[in-house]
Amino acid sequence: MTNALMASLKPERNPNIPDLQPGDTVRVHQRIKEGRNERIQVFQGVVIAMRGGNEPGATFTVRRTGAHGVGVERIFPFYSKNVEKVEVLRKAKVRRAKLYYLRERQGKAARLKEKRFLSV
Amino acid sequence: MKGIIGKKVGMTQLFDENGAVVPVTVVEAGPCYVVQVKTEETDGYNAIQIGYMEVPERKLTKGQLGHLRKAGAPPLRYLREIRLPEPPEGVQPGDVIKADVFEEGQLVDVIGTSKGRGFAGVVKRHGFRGGPKTHGQSDRHRAPGSRGAGTTPGHTFPGTKGAGQMGNKRVTVQNLKVALVDAERNLIAVKGAVPGPRNGIVFIQSAKKAR
Repeated sequence: MTNALMASLKPERNPNIPDLQPGDTVRVHQRIKEGRNERIQVFQGVVIAMRGGNEPGATFTVRRTGAHGVGVERIFPFYSKNVEKVEVLRKAKVRRAKLYYLRERQGKAARLKEKRFLSV
Repeated sequence: MKGIIGKKVGMTQLFDENGAVVPVTVVEAGPCYVVQVKTEETDGYNAIQIGYMEVPERKLTKGQLGHLRKAGAPPLRYLREIRLPEPPEGVQPGDVIKADVFEEGQLVDVIGTSKGRGFAGVVKRHGFRGGPKTHGQSDRHRAPGSRGAGTTPGHTFPGTKGAGQMGNKRVTVQNLKVALVDAERNLIAVKGAVPGPRNGIVFIQSAKKAR
């Protein structure tokens, strides 16, 4: 993305997505098209990774533990308009950018410490 | 049949109206000038010749300058021809062709010169697997294997894949969808990849085999 021409073509970041950080617990409202119908699907979980920086292909990964302790991860784009809304429910104190270690943990071990003093 | 000459700017991603990612190659296309109109009567075939990229006069020979002056076009570095089935109508030398000859959604063929990879071995050039990496192999790791039978036929069959020059060759990519057209900024974005390096010259024309 060095060329000025290319930079001018860069799509706008989805304004409905606030600044996120790894460890945030979020509710993602995604617009889903099924044939002619459109509906909103909500996915709640922990942001365990963000990648892509400022590129239009940037994404974030949300992990939640589904029924019977089955882990479910979904990857959402930062630049697509299909994400209707993202709510940040809780911010956690984490010490790395990618929280892949949560995949090996269950229950109590998979907890994250809440951030008390938000540094903005 | 429509065509335009351009310069590859690079690749990026756009989003369509459904929010899905579209990988695109951005091409700075035109403005091109019609330099010559060829007809069956005068030249034996129908075509229009177009030119791209203005350069200072000193960069061209007098012969080239004379050819362009006849059309009323500025000094241009690159000339290409668009072959037409019928004699062109309403096209005059000196006309300007802009990116808006194409519309979004249309299919185009893109012609360019692929990146040169020099004299490449058979693994890189044709995707051969090479030899085993272990079990006492010496100098067999990227070898091509057999080139054919022995005394009969007594020669290598023509067309047998071997090492040799790879790339730096004219390549056509067919049926790419035009994702974006901006005539003001002379931009065309086509879905998918296009041959050649960034800043390489590419020729875009209406798809020959569009269905």
